[in-house]
Amino acid sequence: MYSQGLIGADGSSDETPEFLEAFQKRIDAEEKIEPNDPMPAGYRRTLVRQIGQHAHSEIVGMLPEGNFITRAPSLKRKAALLAKVQDEGGHGLYLYSAAETLGVSREQMTDELLSGKAKYSSIFNYPTLSWADMGAIGWLVDGAAIMNQIALCRCSYGPYARAMIRVCKEESFHQRQGYEIMIELCRGTPAQKQMAQDALNRIWWPSIMMFGPHDGDSAHSEQSMKWKIKRFSNDALRRKFIDATVPQAEYLGLTMPDPDLRWDEDKQSYEHGPIDWTEFWNVVKGHGIMNVDRIKARQKAHDDGAWVREAALAHAAKRNARKEAAE
Amino acid sequence: MMILQNAILELADDNLILGHRVSEWCGHAPILEEDLAMPNMSLDMIGTARTLYAYAAHLENKGQTEDDMAYLRDEREYLNCLLVERPNGDFATTMLRQLYFAAFMEPYWQAALNSTDDVVRGVAGKAAKEMAYHIRHAGEWVIRLGDGTDESARRMKTAVTDLAPYVDELFQSSAAAKAAEDAGILPVRADMRAAWDKTINHIFGLAMLNPQEDTFAQSGGRQGLHGEGLGHILAVMQSINRAHPGAVW
Ligand SMILES: [Fe+2]
Ligand SMILES: [Fe+2]
Repeated sequence: MYSQGLIGADGSSDETPEFLEAFQKRIDAEEKIEPNDPMPAGYRRTLVRQIGQHAHSEIVGMLPEGNFITRAPSLKRKAALLAKVQDEGGHGLYLYSAAETLGVSREQMTDELLSGKAKYSSIFNYPTLSWADMGAIGWLVDGAAIMNQIALCRCSYGPYARAMIRVCKEESFHQRQGYEIMIELCRGTPAQKQMAQDALNRIWWPSIMMFGPHDGDSAHSEQSMKWKIKRFSNDALRRKFIDATVPQAEYLGLTMPDPDLRWDEDKQSYEHGPIDWTEFWNVVKGHGIMNVDRIKARQKAHDDGAWVREAALAHAAKRNARKEAAE
Repeated sequence: MMILQNAILELADDNLILGHRVSEWCGHAPILEEDLAMPNMSLDMIGTARTLYAYAAHLENKGQTEDDMAYLRDEREYLNCLLVERPNGDFATTMLRQLYFAAFMEPYWQAALNSTDDVVRGVAGKAAKEMAYHIRHAGEWVIRLGDGTDESARRMKTAVTDLAPYVDELFQSSAAAKAAEDAGILPVRADMRAAWDKTINHIFGLAMLNPQEDTFAQSGGRQGLHGEGLGHILAVMQSINRAHPGAVW
């Protein structure tokens, strides 16, 4: 799961105008750019950054939901949650492979995540506090991710677009599964319904922040749109998401935690209240409740696993040496 | 029916508790590929446990569900063997524990294909294939680690020593299991020894490991006499379910 918002890569290029123009022509003709094709340095840099952020989001995203695997309240839900968290790891794997086609290794990207140089989606810096969060995350966070990723299926960079097609199928399954958890809770006991409302209250705002700053405040967006890395603006996707989600909350009988939310008859769309961007930037800068713990958990897995990775390499080397000696 | 139910619960509890332990790794594995492989193995075992719990509930015939079996029994009522509740320890311990379990369960489920019981036969077909995969996956890691670096070899040897006391219990049949074995419903546990030895000796040979000799064998799990770890597993696993009696999820 991941949504746009934080790309922040410098899309500037210093190639000749002829080169840039020829490249833009291919983009405008909706040709897919493949790994060995010539591309502007800024295009490559933007993609590496974006795919890297996306991959890291999938990996870090395993932690908040992983927090409930051992406690899932039924065996059926436990199995579904395990499979979901596993899917997210699989998304990370395809995306690291897509980034490798641009010349960056998984090791390099992992180092950047652990050192704090590379970012991941801020939504994962919020804690999961109840079983209902497993429902709300699937419904809202995977739901928001789908809005963005459907658009990315048409991204100009071939390997990324193809990875997204595969990922989207699984994300929509996650979204339905999350919503189904919410339905069951809202049909359940008063305590279960309360749990569902509380999860919506906490996760709603961070999930609409996933689309990133308002269009006027979004750096580098324009170049990404021109290169068709990005197809829709942050606000356009956010609007689409809200329009799809509000009726779903109504069906559940839950109250949206936005007193200013209203239907705009002219636009045939919802208008939401002001987003607390101070909170958003605080979390981006590392001050969310879970920022430190998330990176610590990744660092610990990395450090604790170092001897395993070394042993696997050493064993492979020994095996090759024996094979060669035998030949 | 109580006797058969207990024999089925022993198998279900083994699978659920080991599935739980392996799931604790999810998101924390040494490499991303293992973050995918471990939930897979965990899902296999939890899937087997679910079918067996549903069967145990059916045998009791009081309208219970698989979840009642998993979530509403206490430590003393859990009948899993001690091996499966051992803490994950390091990756070497986790993989060796998986290998030991799968090297037992694979021939066991193969033999169970001849069970007189339809449900047991149904579980066996799928579970035997899964356990063959677990032997391969965990076995490859035992080989890599045993014959990797000095550190990994040392850790692998420690794992062999640490887990040795919990091997024999796999081959012991409780009174409930014996009754089911006599009725041709379940395979005789002791009969799996030769196949288990063969698998382990083969892998240990490639891993440059020696089996642990002269160990005091622990047992008690089948009578609900566990180590201290199981209570914590259940406290976590059952907490949300028990906080909302009767709720549907
Ligand atoms: Fe994902
Ligand atoms: Fe997802």
